[in-house]
Amino acid sequence: MKFYKLFGMMVLVLLAVTAVAVSAQDEAAGDLEIFSWWTGGGEAAGLDALIARFSELYPDVNIINSAVAGGSGVNARAVLATRVQAGDPPDSFQVHAGSALLNLYGADRMEPLNFLYEESGWMDQFPEGLLDLISSDGNIYSVPANIHRSNVMWYVPGNLEEWGVTVPETWDEFINETCPTLQEAGIVPLSVGQTWTQMHLWENVALAGLGVDGYNGLWDGTTAWDSPEVMQVFETYGQILDCTNDDRDALDWQPPAQMVVEGTAAFNVMGDWAAGYFLTDLELEPGVGFGWTTPPGTDGVFIMLSDTFGLPIGAPNRDAAVAWLKFLGSPEAQDIFNPIKGSLPANTTAAIDDSELYNAYFQDAYEDWTSNTIVGSLAHEAVGAGEFQNGFSEIIAQFSAEHDVETATIVAAELAADTLVTD
Amino acid sequence: MRQGEPLISDRLKAVLILIPSIIAIAIFVYGFIAWTGYTSLTNASLAVGSGEYVGMDNYVDLFTGLRHERFRTDLVNTFFFTALFIGLCLSVGLLLAMLLDQHIKGESFFRTIYLFPMALSFVVTGVVWRWLYHPVQGLNALPTLIGQPPGEFRWFISQDRWFVFNWQDLGGYISAFIFIIDIVLVAALVYWNRRGGRLPGFIVAVMLLLSTWALLEGPQQLTALRRPETHGFNLAIIAVVIAAGWQMSGYTMAMYLAGLRGIPEDLREAARVDGASEWGVYRLVVLPLLQPITLSAMIILGHISLKIFDLVYALGGGDNPYIDMPGVNMFFTTFRGNALGRGAAIAMILLIMVALVIVPYLRTSLRSEHEL
Repeated sequence: MKFYKLFGMMVLVLLAVTAVAVSAQDEAAGDLEIFSWWTGGGEAAGLDALIARFSELYPDVNIINSAVAGGSGVNARAVLATRVQAGDPPDSFQVHAGSALLNLYGADRMEPLNFLYEESGWMDQFPEGLLDLISSDGNIYSVPANIHRSNVMWYVPGNLEEWGVTVPETWDEFINETCPTLQEAGIVPLSVGQTWTQMHLWENVALAGLGVDGYNGLWDGTTAWDSPEVMQVFETYGQILDCTNDDRDALDWQPPAQMVVEGTAAFNVMGDWAAGYFLTDLELEPGVGFGWTTPPGTDGVFIMLSDTFGLPIGAPNRDAAVAWLKFLGSPEAQDIFNPIKGSLPANTTAAIDDSELYNAYFQDAYEDWTSNTIVGSLAHEAVGAGEFQNGFSEIIAQFSAEHDVETATIVAAELAADTLVTD
Repeated sequence: MRQGEPLISDRLKAVLILIPSIIAIAIFVYGFIAWTGYTSLTNASLAVGSGEYVGMDNYVDLFTGLRHERFRTDLVNTFFFTALFIGLCLSVGLLLAMLLDQHIKGESFFRTIYLFPMALSFVVTGVVWRWLYHPVQGLNALPTLIGQPPGEFRWFISQDRWFVFNWQDLGGYISAFIFIIDIVLVAALVYWNRRGGRLPGFIVAVMLLLSTWALLEGPQQLTALRRPETHGFNLAIIAVVIAAGWQMSGYTMAMYLAGLRGIPEDLREAARVDGASEWGVYRLVVLPLLQPITLSAMIILGHISLKIFDLVYALGGGDNPYIDMPGVNMFFTTFRGNALGRGAAIAMILLIMVALVIVPYLRTSLRSEHEL
């Protein structure tokens, strides 16, 4: 008898403890659908690690990982667009900071998250320039998971020495000196891949040619797309293309990056996800197996893109989604996710100094991130997302063959007039 | 009366059984076509929702807007792709079928081998051929195996163009073409009248419509661009034609083989008795009897080639204008560009193109069923 009583009391105590523990966790429960295009490599592994930790914190929440593969997110966005239009959004979805978030979704589709930022003390923890890219009219619409840099130029220091070239300071130097020297030696001076990587290269050339104000002016209408300055950018870009591998339209971004470390190409301009590729997939040592610098003329500027998650209006399980976002923005989650994906943490209280977590490249890039002028990337939807970016892809693809500066700028001007939201 | 009763209840049953599918088709096929048609007349996008009515603007833009060179390239590409793809499949399919028809040993083995590619998805075909077409390591490396220099053709990333023309001139060419057809038809009419023949009514009606359109300078308006824009036969299309032909030739072979087996052996025997050579048997007896098969094959291959998406997307990655097709453009316009209205307009133009191929076929096949 006594035994049963004891046992009964133990059960009661256990129940009570669990109840307290559960109520301490905001009582988030049920299914939580997280939508993204992170399906491979470090991104998927990072997301899995996040989900694993979240499930420990909120055991009652059943996470449904709805990731759609392919097309650097185009396929996922096709699915997402249909679902959002139909009023059936997932609980939280991945969207690039900047115009992709604000112009495509924005106030009509997303719930402001200011309450979350205030309650978690994030107003001071996330950089102001980044908050600007996810806010409109004082409302913050998403939580950044990471930061990537677009303007990085990769090379192998030992190879450059062997070929007798140095990192060019300007694109003119690259076109007139570096490029002919390397071409004579049978080395591809600059490797590039298919259209989106060409657009990525273009935005770096444009920033160098137009400067920060001129580049930003492209998006708010103060820099005319058919101005002599932009024509000069296309002129330079065309000459740079002549220094690239001619099978570019057959390659995604990895093969051009690989050409550099294999020694068949000298330079490659690609975002810093290439660092993850060099470190994790090719197992190279930073500074020896690969080196990095800013592309000519973009020193002191940081072209950024950021993956963020938001709370759509009509999310089926709002409580769980808020709990997810609160977790995602915390330094703990940022330090789980970013070292695996190979990106910078967006929350400044993350442990960036921990060299176990963040390697030499990221320490270096973080310094730039906190000290440089920040502008948004076109190729990655921080600026000009949607119709402009789609139309500009066509211009870049046409330009690849014909190098017709006049047509490119005239069409771009018309495209900008029709599609860029000037506010 | 008693005799009529089962008939009525039969009819009732038939109607009742058909009603669900009629309703389903009315909503999910024709209803959605109508909806797409309406969307194509608006500026709908993800950002602004259902959008405002803008009339024919999307269509006018696609044909004459500077920004939409990609769409015009698609039309030209589709034209050459369809012609070459149908030609390749028909000739390879017929050749294989004729070879298999020789009652060789292991016929079913070869038949399976030739049919196999059809079991694959176009996406798989696209990925495999993407590797084969690699400019350095792929097919181009084959000649080096026998000590020859590697191939130079750049396959699906080739930027070469043949038959280059200016889009602005195209309208004039189309008008001229319509008038030439008119003259040929009138000549045929005169010739046939003497022999008591007549031209089918619907051909005359279509030609009258086209001629009026050409007289009103419709084709010129359709191609009225502000700036010159060159188009032509992109050699990269050859890569898509080979990959698609590799996949669909086996299917064409199967159709032809069925047709060949349907030709009674007595007919061939009779021809041989009359002194026809083996080639003569094919030319004079077999091929004419295969004409309906050729027509069906052309229709089936034609609508595949007009709607092609997956092969091009997997092969070229989507942004390669030299192999681009309207289906790919529609996807990117709608889902990357978020221009739902213009995407719908491309969809409607695709529908019209496919209808131009399918409707005459349905007409003839329905009529021949009636005659039976």
